[in-house]
Amino acid sequence: MLNFINALPGAVAQGLIWGIMAIGVYITYKLLDIADLTVDGSFCTGAAVFTVLFTSGTHVLPAMLAAVGAGMLAGLATGLLHTFCGIPAILSGILTQLGLWSVNLAVMSWKSTVPIPITNNEFLDRLLVSLRFIQDVGKGVRPFYMHPILVVGLLTLVLVAVLYWFFGTELGCSLRATGSNPNMARAQGINTDFTKVLGLMLSNGLVALSGSLLAQYNSASEINMGRGAIVIGLAAVIIGEVLLGRVFHNFALRLLAVSIGAIIYYIVIQAVLQTKLNPNYLKLLSALVVAIALAVPYWKGKYARKPVKIGGEKNA
Amino acid sequence: MLEIKDVWKTFNAGTVNEKTALHGLSLTLKEGEFVTVIGGNGAGKSTLLNAVAGTFPVDAGTISIGGDDVTKLPEYKRAKFIGRVFQDPMLGTAPTMQIGENLALALRRGKRRGLGWGLTLEEKEAYYRLLRDLDLGLEDRLTSKVGLLSGGQRQALTLLMASLQKPRLLLLDEHTAALDPKTAAKVLALSDKIISENRLTTMMVTHNMRDAIAHGDRLIMLYEGRIVVDVSGEEKRKLTVPRLLELFSKVSGSDEADDKLLLS
Repeated sequence: MLNFINALPGAVAQGLIWGIMAIGVYITYKLLDIADLTVDGSFCTGAAVFTVLFTSGTHVLPAMLAAVGAGMLAGLATGLLHTFCGIPAILSGILTQLGLWSVNLAVMSWKSTVPIPITNNEFLDRLLVSLRFIQDVGKGVRPFYMHPILVVGLLTLVLVAVLYWFFGTELGCSLRATGSNPNMARAQGINTDFTKVLGLMLSNGLVALSGSLLAQYNSASEINMGRGAIVIGLAAVIIGEVLLGRVFHNFALRLLAVSIGAIIYYIVIQAVLQTKLNPNYLKLLSALVVAIALAVPYWKGKYARKPVKIGGEKNA
Repeated sequence: MLEIKDVWKTFNAGTVNEKTALHGLSLTLKEGEFVTVIGGNGAGKSTLLNAVAGTFPVDAGTISIGGDDVTKLPEYKRAKFIGRVFQDPMLGTAPTMQIGENLALALRRGKRRGLGWGLTLEEKEAYYRLLRDLDLGLEDRLTSKVGLLSGGQRQALTLLMASLQKPRLLLLDEHTAALDPKTAAKVLALSDKIISENRLTTMMVTHNMRDAIAHGDRLIMLYEGRIVVDVSGEEKRKLTVPRLLELFSKVSGSDEADDKLLLS
């Protein structure tokens, strides 16, 4: 139990980082009505681009911006495959994801792992977040405002505010209309191909940003770090919706609910890790949780009809 | 206002399901003209409207709206000139967005959408007044999701949206066919009101002959992708259902189509 409590700040910090990715997934899955599988690749793209630039001396913020840019390019690729080439959205995402595996390896000079040498203080001090900072703040070596929960939490709030503004603009509204009813959107003069590509770019930019943060937190980028990201993202979206959907109606709060969903997901994962379960079962567990969460609303609609009395009572 | 010249459209060309839906069809509408379009199933009514709206490219011929050749323009670019109401009440509005947001989307039809607010405070007040005057009971529900509205309310809202930014051409594609008779009559009356107040050039597809006769100032009947009846003015005002059927059998050379038209 004590172990679990000690691990809690780490779980929350990781949840916040993945929460930014989950907000990206929310944009495609909920607003655009596209299940975008690009994220499994673009998450690592963000991490790889950041790590390679950062370790070669680039400052942390430009390196993160470059990661976001690379993620947006991945989204652009998926978007063009879908709109310009007419490939179904889900397959477009799979194609980009597959191709990104090679791209990510190439970015990392064909190594499956690129570490950030944090034993060297010169590198460690320039990072925005790191697992080490949690310990350092606890020991009082670093000021409290460097705590990853605070840093990523603030970043999340800023992102939510920006997205809240954006989706209230004319452009943002046209994106939402595209997801809500593409026929209506075109009849109102909206270029739905453009809005879809834009949404995919925005989403994958956020996913790559999240990847660049996780690379800092774990002080390494690794070729498999994005595997299953879409499932984690969906889990966060669903957990947030199930737990907070009835209270949070405002759009900004809904985005926050996604982030909270990711935190809860990581706390649960942490709890499971405390048991003697082989951690390799975690992916199976995540897949089951998401499958059940997606199936329940369907079953509800199909089987849970209100009981109707047929005929009178038998003994009447 | 609308000029359709020798337009052809064949679906599933080269297969057993080949169907020539528009057979070198030509039609010119004057500004402010309100034409009703009738015809049996598969006569090409909806194909004609969709060809004008740009849902698909035509095989041959040209279409121009108010002097602008739109034949090669994609659907979303033609939307600048065209207001549309579909048969399916689900198609005309964004269900997960609010009533006010839907109206705001329509107000910006054909305009560049930038980073300005998608729905301003002044707009909200204007929409409130607009909806209040229309007496649909929607003025206090500007922030309700459109998905909560009934089919009739949605069609009325779609009509309002189609005319919010005065279009050069209004296309109504059997927009009352999915409604119950009472609601259909209401929506038709609202259509008449909006069309006459804004003097909109309108094409209304219907398969109700009585509606086709009672509304508009010109009537065309399609048969196998061609216009076979075209009446306007005094002749249109004097038109009756039996007279229309008679006209139709004369042109198509068959009586069996009577039932087909009446029943469809």
